Amino acid sequence: MNRIGPGGRGTSSHRIATLAALIAALLIVAPWRGQTVHAATAPQTGEVLGYASPVELLFSPDGTRLYVLCQDSGEVRVLNATTYAPIQTIVVGHVPRGFFLTPDGNRLFVANSWDDTISVIDTRALKVAATWHAGMEPSSVVEDSAGKYLYVANRISNDVAVLDAHTGSEVKRLAAGRGTSYMTLSPDGQRIYVTHVYPNPAPLGSQPESEITVIDTASAEVINRIPLPSIAGAFHIAVTSNSRLGVVAELHPKNLLPMTQVEQGWAFEDTLTLFGSGVQNKTVEVPLDDLDSYAVRPFGVAITPDGSHLYVSSGGSDIVTAINLPHLQRYVHTQHGPIVYNLAAGAHYVVARIPVGKDPRGMAVSADGRRLLVANRLDDTISVIDTPTSKVVTTIALAPSRRLWTENFGLQMFSEMTIATPGQRRCPACHIDERHRNAKRMKLTPQQQVEALRRGQQAFYTASYSFHGGMGCTNCHIDTTMDGMRWNFEPAGLGRNIVENMLLEDIRNTTPYDWSGINPNLPTQGGPRTEQFIWRSQNFDVRTLADLSAYINSLPARPNRWRLPNGELTPSQQRGKQIFDRTVDDFGKPIPLANRCNFCHSGPLGTDHRKVDVGTRGPNDDSGLFVTAQLTNIALTAPYLHDGSAATLEEIWTIYNPHDQHGRTNDLTKDQLNDLINYLRTR
Amino acid sequence: MGGMLNKLCLGMVLAAIAAPAFAAAPPSAPLPPSPRMPHYRFVNYTTANGLPNNHVYSVLVDGSRIWAGTDDGLGLYENARWRTFTTRDGLAQQAVLSLALDKRTGDVWAGTMGGLNRISGGRIIATYNQLNSGLSNDIVYGVSVEGKNVWVATAAGACRLNLDTNQWSIYTDTNTPMKEIWAYGVSAAPDKVYFAIWGSGLLEYNQQTRLWDIYEDPDHQTDIVLFKDQGLIHDIVSSVSYVEKTVWVATYFGASRYDGRYWHNFLTKDSGLPSNFINYVKAVDANHAWFCTDKGLAYYDGANWAVYTPSLTNGKPEMWVSNAQGHAAHIPVTTAPANNYMLGIDFQGRDIWIATAGGLSHGIFEPQP
Repeated sequence: MNRIGPGGRGTSSHRIATLAALIAALLIVAPWRGQTVHAATAPQTGEVLGYASPVELLFSPDGTRLYVLCQDSGEVRVLNATTYAPIQTIVVGHVPRGFFLTPDGNRLFVANSWDDTISVIDTRALKVAATWHAGMEPSSVVEDSAGKYLYVANRISNDVAVLDAHTGSEVKRLAAGRGTSYMTLSPDGQRIYVTHVYPNPAPLGSQPESEITVIDTASAEVINRIPLPSIAGAFHIAVTSNSRLGVVAELHPKNLLPMTQVEQGWAFEDTLTLFGSGVQNKTVEVPLDDLDSYAVRPFGVAITPDGSHLYVSSGGSDIVTAINLPHLQRYVHTQHGPIVYNLAAGAHYVVARIPVGKDPRGMAVSADGRRLLVANRLDDTISVIDTPTSKVVTTIALAPSRRLWTENFGLQMFSEMTIATPGQRRCPACHIDERHRNAKRMKLTPQQQVEALRRGQQAFYTASYSFHGGMGCTNCHIDTTMDGMRWNFEPAGLGRNIVENMLLEDIRNTTPYDWSGINPNLPTQGGPRTEQFIWRSQNFDVRTLADLSAYINSLPARPNRWRLPNGELTPSQQRGKQIFDRTVDDFGKPIPLANRCNFCHSGPLGTDHRKVDVGTRGPNDDSGLFVTAQLTNIALTAPYLHDGSAATLEEIWTIYNPHDQHGRTNDLTKDQLNDLINYLRTR
Repeated sequence: MGGMLNKLCLGMVLAAIAAPAFAAAPPSAPLPPSPRMPHYRFVNYTTANGLPNNHVYSVLVDGSRIWAGTDDGLGLYENARWRTFTTRDGLAQQAVLSLALDKRTGDVWAGTMGGLNRISGGRIIATYNQLNSGLSNDIVYGVSVEGKNVWVATAAGACRLNLDTNQWSIYTDTNTPMKEIWAYGVSAAPDKVYFAIWGSGLLEYNQQTRLWDIYEDPDHQTDIVLFKDQGLIHDIVSSVSYVEKTVWVATYFGASRYDGRYWHNFLTKDSGLPSNFINYVKAVDANHAWFCTDKGLAYYDGANWAVYTPSLTNGKPEMWVSNAQGHAAHIPVTTAPANNYMLGIDFQGRDIWIATAGGLSHGIFEPQP
């Protein structure tokens, strides 16, 4: 097995990977039904065994190959679709999130979300034939049936780039929803349906709203935007083979209701919306959850070729829900009024809840509809479900991804990391300091660090710690970012201290946490506070909390898209930096130290860690003191201020800084403010 | 004071010399040979048949769909029915002054008295104003889309929104040669972008060199023309249209055409323009253009003129044509645009759609034998 592609990781890793693949081929191929076989490999000197993290699956048109998109290893694994034996591993870009195989099976396009590129794989040679530039954080890719245009969903620029499918040159960009991420081509080739993972901007205090952006492939234009009321994160879409019915997996938050409200679904409902002529061109939202157990974070959706069954993967619950699609349609047609809050509805259409691996994501149905394959992202397995029986018959374990230790995984933080041994005494009062006192300090090997990070990642993505298994960390921190919403956690009373959600990346060294600064460190924030006000159920054990904290601390900032490639600033950004650093206002008057931008937003992270009153206290706030927010990738994190009252960066100063408490800004002209914001976007 | 009087007297003399050949008033009798100019049957839309408001500031043809920016909402005429977008639908303000189509994406941009809207997939998907974005001012007189940039003319300068990065740039008297910041119109092309600056002439941005230039009335006079065809006709520029490397300029005191080398000016006294007060100009190509005036709609085919309007005296439909020699003729017609006060025009094949102060008019092309 060769590792190929741009930036190949060296000949030694080639040999190692080849050896690993041979071992994996012998050990992983699983003739055993219903069992998992792990690769019995160990890291060689100077390397660590990383994780592949499969997120998407595709069968080749002839059904002989299975393509597995591996997010953490940045690879496409090619397997024999019958024996699941590895055929090839192809290195692509960083954090690939979506891929698409042309109908003739000859080209595989991969969206590399952190490189802003598309890898074009020649599947006959199993090589990356070209790498094309895309927009900001490409997350999925689809080619139209004519092979004329390639559509790329860009999560950060909130659009769909239309590329020439032969040259990769960009033709135009179509505006889509906020956090544009996933696309599905209708079987008739006429439409592309696009979802987005953050809600569209909405007036303060209103329910979130999302959309399905509908692209007409004949004109390559957006022809409709199907509203998804109250939806704040929409993921995969599947369309029946006759193109009459579409189904989207989505999150239905109740962010402005108190967290004690559990009737008709808790803080998040996990739902599907049906759309298309199969439901009279209306949208019908139906629940996936049961009364006492949830199907958390529905992500992948697949429909069998005969349209008899619909499958939905739920990443937080580690299950796949099997739905009898005709029963669902019949039920929908017989109901009057909203169905979504009836958590007993599933009895009319849910056939089975099928346990699979950790954080199941993308799925693929075999051409005969008898096999459903599920990519279990966080345990590096693929579940093979026999659809007639709704049972997992085989679990394919993917080989680890070997990395040279010299490569920087951002693990240096582990050099001084402490970790508690399992089973130690818990402090009844849940004081994190007590946990630390009891923790046994130990130095971790690089491999142990990698494994601890994975455990932390699993804790981050699972919903198993919360009430009824209803939600996990990533429900609000979508893919470790934020959700663009405001939440009412009511520790101070219902409707009080409503706060907006923050980006989690690069938050190491930004203590204290929470807008109020009440949490001195991450284990406190993620441990007792989260358990008390969010999970309302079991607590993390000591090791899990340590792993979770380490994982969150390990999250690097994603690449900033507003900086020039050479790291320099544009003239506007330079002028903005001068304003950020200025000591004298436009009238020549000295600006008091505490009223300068760079005083509070100091240092590389842009925070002095102090609580400051910038005049933003609202009628529902107990205090006007809030921790200085870090500036990392601030362009992505709207809305702004502690309560999300500022819809844009501009509004922080045009509306919410009338007395110059949030920095001296009222002397600025409009173009100066634009310069300041253009600079802030580079942080 | 004495200097001013001298200029005024000189202006009167020059005006008297230049006056006779063309007249702003319609001719009293046909003078053969009359040039063959396009004929239209006008169908007018008002509130009586679904238009949101009869004061129509702007019109945009989008395939088979017609957008009308009115004083009380944005109208969309599609499949013989009107739909109105209001502030409840997300319109930034009810008065829609300007419209532009992004021909690549099909998105429509609407400039209002309270900000700028983007309309896509049948919905208003974004609102930009001076508080929530980098837009320089809420009063958006003009908008034009070119490539990944949206160029905006506002009451406080010109702006550019980069659609890829969502970054705004503002252009005013501090960073361009404009002396006033009232930008009334904009026309963007891949090579150049032109802004109509009320009181400061024609502002040009070269997209290759990224340099600005300004074209001003060489005599800087408000009431006389000392240097005919030597530059822009007047500094009070209301509209601009750039096509085929030729820029057509409308002012409140005549019109100009500039091909990059030569200027040609148009006044009522020496052209078929019905009025020197021109609200809007839209070019067909380097040699053909339409002018929206306060006294009717004028078409120029490079040599001849045609004017379409309801009579200023009795409201009856009128059309008259004039040739390069100044010979003019009435053409008998039975229909006319809804009002003589014209504010905008767009083309739908050989048909025209006209924004007027009394409704929206559809000029249906009628071939002549």
